Amino acid sequence: MLKAIIVDDEDLARQVLREYLARRPEIEIVAECANGFDAVKAIGALKPDLLLLDIQMPKLDGFEVLELIEEDVAVIFVTAYDTHAMRAFEVHAVDYLLKPFTAERLDDALDRVCRRTGEKPPRASRLAAAARPPDQHAERLVVRDGTRVHVIPVGKLDYAEARDDYVALHSEGREFLKQQTIGDLEASLDPRRFVRVHRSCLVNFERLARIEPYSKDSRVAILHSGVKLPVSRAGQARLKELLEER
Amino acid sequence: MHPILSRQGRLPLYFLGSMPLGGLLVTTLVPAGGLGWLETAAVILPLTLIFAAATLSAGHLCQYFPLAVTSAPRLLLVHLASAAAESLVVWVVVAKVLTTVYQALGVFAGLPTRFEAVLPMLFGIGVLLRLLGVAVHYAMIEVARAREAERREVEARVLAREAELKALRAQLKPHFLFNTLHSISALATSDGERARRMCVLLADFLRATLSLGEKTSIPLADELALARNYLAIEQVRYGQRLRVAEEIENGCHGCLVPPLLLQPLVENAVKHGIATLLDGGLIRMEARRSKRALRIVIENDADEDAPRLNAGGVGLANVRARLAARYGEDAHCHTEPNGSRFRAEILLPAETTGAIG
Repeated sequence: MLKAIIVDDEDLARQVLREYLARRPEIEIVAECANGFDAVKAIGALKPDLLLLDIQMPKLDGFEVLELIEEDVAVIFVTAYDTHAMRAFEVHAVDYLLKPFTAERLDDALDRVCRRTGEKPPRASRLAAAARPPDQHAERLVVRDGTRVHVIPVGKLDYAEARDDYVALHSEGREFLKQQTIGDLEASLDPRRFVRVHRSCLVNFERLARIEPYSKDSRVAILHSGVKLPVSRAGQARLKELLEER
Repeated sequence: MHPILSRQGRLPLYFLGSMPLGGLLVTTLVPAGGLGWLETAAVILPLTLIFAAATLSAGHLCQYFPLAVTSAPRLLLVHLASAAAESLVVWVVVAKVLTTVYQALGVFAGLPTRFEAVLPMLFGIGVLLRLLGVAVHYAMIEVARAREAERREVEARVLAREAELKALRAQLKPHFLFNTLHSISALATSDGERARRMCVLLADFLRATLSLGEKTSIPLADELALARNYLAIEQVRYGQRLRVAEEIENGCHGCLVPPLLLQPLVENAVKHGIATLLDGGLIRMEARRSKRALRIVIENDADEDAPRLNAGGVGLANVRARLAARYGEDAHCHTEPNGSRFRAEILLPAETTGAIG
């Protein structure tokens, strides 16, 4: 028995999946979610084996849902027209269904999922990164804090620090921990707005007040808020480059 | 730009063209001054070339004093003075020098004295020729300007047409089509009657989009009908999440607008407004007209936290380009993200069927 969750904001789209899945007795629909928040909650609580996931949804899109869940789960994207999903598919071999689709097409996808049970699915954040067009940068960051989900527009991110397997995101005086490397975070952000000033530190350029010498080799960045961050020699070079570009 | 000097190949032609004029002068002078053919030609032809070269300066003067903005007395003064000066230098001073040189060289003995008699006549002819040159220059400048204006107009028309075509091509959103087909596929087994209605709505929308695209202007009433048709289809998809309100003033329905002008705005209102909200929201369409202007507003609820479109995306850029191409400065499209409401407002000249459309 495979436990499945349907995530789509359109009632009729969920209806099609419900109808098709009714013909597959080995699959049990344990939840239907109309938005990303509900999906994150339901996945955490019900630990499904399979997600049938729409991409364009209010508040949290399909990729953001994947970023926020820690569970290993097989994913089939269900979307109308999404070159991004196809790119993710090519990179990581998750399956996708293009709306409208037939019951047979869904069966094929389900059969592939069944054959692959036991394999470890690709990490969700990698999947989300692969799906993003190369010239497009993240507009917002999503963080999970227990059962709560925080959405941080990148303009409100002051700086980020690496902490072991996590990054600490600082925004409006608060700190959010996210399981992500600082390198992956840096790659998802616009390099003209965020600078890696140090191996462990990424800063929003607009928050920088000034740079001061610290020791012979290093400097310190001071933000408008008064926060001090280390600046490495490479970081200094990157800052200089960005200043010249602007 | 100088009408002769700026174009390659014109200068030799110009000098060549001055030679018959020189010939004409010679045939006039020989009987009038009792001179010999050869000596007259030996003086007049080189002088004609010098004169032709000097007259090119009239081109610069003509540009400096454009016909349209210079007063008549000023024009007369400038060109008469320059004509007198040029004629005096070329046809009197240089003529004297040249005849004296010939005499010194031992050819055409007594030429300076014999030429003395025709100098006043030469001076007069020189002034007239110079004025003729001025007229020709002005004519050439005007022709060039007319050609330039025509070229620019053609260019503007091509640009406008391109903007329109681009906008129209962008209308057919694959997303919308595929999602609608998916909704129909869902309804096919659960509610055949509704599936059929949706097919008809979609067909109506596609037909209208295709046929309206060929027209240059349509009444606002038709444009609004298309928007309603579109929203009716989206309402099947979004159900209770999509609500629509209208405030259309009576006098607006007959106003002419470019076809499918509102479509991108209505699509944005759904895609970036309603679709971003868990519980959906309201799309409000409003149209008002004053005597000369038509104002159309498309307003929608939107998620405050959702990333804003920078500058409004492709759809809005298309609307702006189409308005600019057709109405220039007379039309505006401006958008206002206002917290949880997004407002797009179009202001354009109120034209009805009677007026130039």
